[in-house]
Amino acid sequence: MADAHADGDDLTQPTHFAFDAQSEAEIPGILAKYPPARQASAVIPLLYVVQKQMQRTTASRWVPRAAMDVVAARLGMAPIRVYEVATFYFMFNTRPVGKFHLQLCTTTPCWLRGSDEVVAACKKATGITQFGETSADGMFTMTEVECVGACVNAPILQVNDDFYEDMDAALTLELIEALRRSEIPAPGSMIGRQTSAPVGGPTTLLDSTPAE
Amino acid sequence: MLSDKDRIFTNLYGLHDWGLAGARARGDWDGTAEILARGPDAIVEEMKASGLRGRGGAGFPTGMKWSFMPKQESERPHYLVVNADESEPGTCKDRDILRHDPHKLVEGCLIASFAMRAHACYIYVRGEFYNEARHLQAAIDQAYEAGLIGKNACGSGWDFDLYLHRGAGAYICGEETALLESLEGKKGMPRLKPPFPAAVGLYGCPTTVNNVESIAVAPTILRRGAAWFSALGRPKNAGTKLFCISGHVNKPCNVEEELGIPLRELIDTYAGGVRGGWDNLLAVIPGGASVPVLPKSICDTVLMDFDSLRDVRSGLGTAAVIVMDKSTDIIKAIARLSQFYKHESCGQCTPCREGTGWMMRVMNRLVQGRAEPDEIDTLEQVTRQVEGHTICALGDAAAWPIQGLIRHFRPVIEERIAQYKSGRVARPMPLAAE
Repeated sequence: MADAHADGDDLTQPTHFAFDAQSEAEIPGILAKYPPARQASAVIPLLYVVQKQMQRTTASRWVPRAAMDVVAARLGMAPIRVYEVATFYFMFNTRPVGKFHLQLCTTTPCWLRGSDEVVAACKKATGITQFGETSADGMFTMTEVECVGACVNAPILQVNDDFYEDMDAALTLELIEALRRSEIPAPGSMIGRQTSAPVGGPTTLLDSTPAE
Repeated sequence: MLSDKDRIFTNLYGLHDWGLAGARARGDWDGTAEILARGPDAIVEEMKASGLRGRGGAGFPTGMKWSFMPKQESERPHYLVVNADESEPGTCKDRDILRHDPHKLVEGCLIASFAMRAHACYIYVRGEFYNEARHLQAAIDQAYEAGLIGKNACGSGWDFDLYLHRGAGAYICGEETALLESLEGKKGMPRLKPPFPAAVGLYGCPTTVNNVESIAVAPTILRRGAAWFSALGRPKNAGTKLFCISGHVNKPCNVEEELGIPLRELIDTYAGGVRGGWDNLLAVIPGGASVPVLPKSICDTVLMDFDSLRDVRSGLGTAAVIVMDKSTDIIKAIARLSQFYKHESCGQCTPCREGTGWMMRVMNRLVQGRAEPDEIDTLEQVTRQVEGHTICALGDAAAWPIQGLIRHFRPVIEERIAQYKSGRVARPMPLAAE
């Protein structure tokens, strides 16, 4: 068992992790993607399985140390190799996060379109004072993320897996209040744009035939 | 202005069915078996003749890249790996292909793999594109069910397997060898080249890594012919390209246009113009975060293609156009990119690991003006010591935006320093760590 306080903080790691039935059902399909002698390729996919299971069972998507050990054993890898991967890749949370993980892009394209206001609105609505914190009620964690790749719909607020686009302060407050009521609004443009088309509708592809 | 009939991505905005039926109605999977029947060498030659240059940033000729793969299969299988780790700030074009036109990519994977004698292909999608990956996986599943891929793909006699693999939030994995390391289950740290992936790539086997857009346009090029594609654009800069126009424009959007379109025309025609009018333009980053910024005087006339932008000491990159009007604190805009590169450096090479942090800290002081004027030259020199001294191009990418800033906006930096010295801006407490 790994040291429960290896991160040098007060995080208490669960002592045990086991894949549940739903996770076990997903794993064979994942392993089949890679040659038999190359099963380490499945490390990122299996860490996702862990994170999803944690979300399902604890409402917090993160990867405990014990789960890394289980992944290592399943793939025949040294545990350190799994720890390396779990800490190198930003999307794996090595400590618990809130039910709604608010991932705020503040890279230049979002910043030019007002991401500072979205950050301020998130803080106001959740009571969180700085990135990395979880709200007192455990509902929200705020993380500053780098470019999420939806820049023509900036600024972006990613909540768990979904992108909320074309945000501003008022829309952010509305979104967070909806999440607090456990309503999950449909992701995408929050100002009614057709995906990456310009505001007001496409100006190209106007004579393309709609598919039957 | 490009006419709709010459646009490849006819479902760019997702107005129509992205599934197999919709894709077929738009002409995808039409005569794929006949294309394969031409044989690998003819396909590669047609791609060479089209003049297609890689759409992921570097602009290397795609057909030539394909020709580097061994001509005979050996006991080491060949692989095609598609780079869908779209993470260059400003860039969101592959996202639209994955979610709205995934069958163009799936069909392209089959054809490109066949041309390079690969029976398997992995598409590495950035982890954040969770919903986009679901569309792509559904398209892959549809293609298998319809017999378009899998055993005897399209009835061609060629067996072909296609797998989706999701990354997990590391910009560096967009670098092709880091991507291969990641796909093998390791940290995404770039490999020294040579050996190049065409000789020693995924699992030590011959591998070609291509960008999503490069692969997704291949079926259309092969259907309509190299002559059609190469007649679009400009010499040595052929074809159409997806442009992402973000920042201070009235209507940010993605659009497909010919390479070589004037930057101003691109912004005015498709993005509703610069906020406050063209004269309110300060600067444009024309090809994603890693290419040097251009001041308005160059933006007035520059053409959007590989060679035109290289001639003004910038680059087409991913064709992600980041527009900044006169309200922009240009130093802060570039300093935020320095923070990005510091965050995304994998830490393998000392000049990048230490240099990105050093550059970011100096840039943050320059935002306040809390520096001496001669530190501008020191910063410039440090960017030269990072550039070209690392295994991969992330070090270069971190250096170039700062070089562009100093080249074109040095007076702004000097004025900021003078303002700070004269006490005209608020003085934050100095931090001991700096």
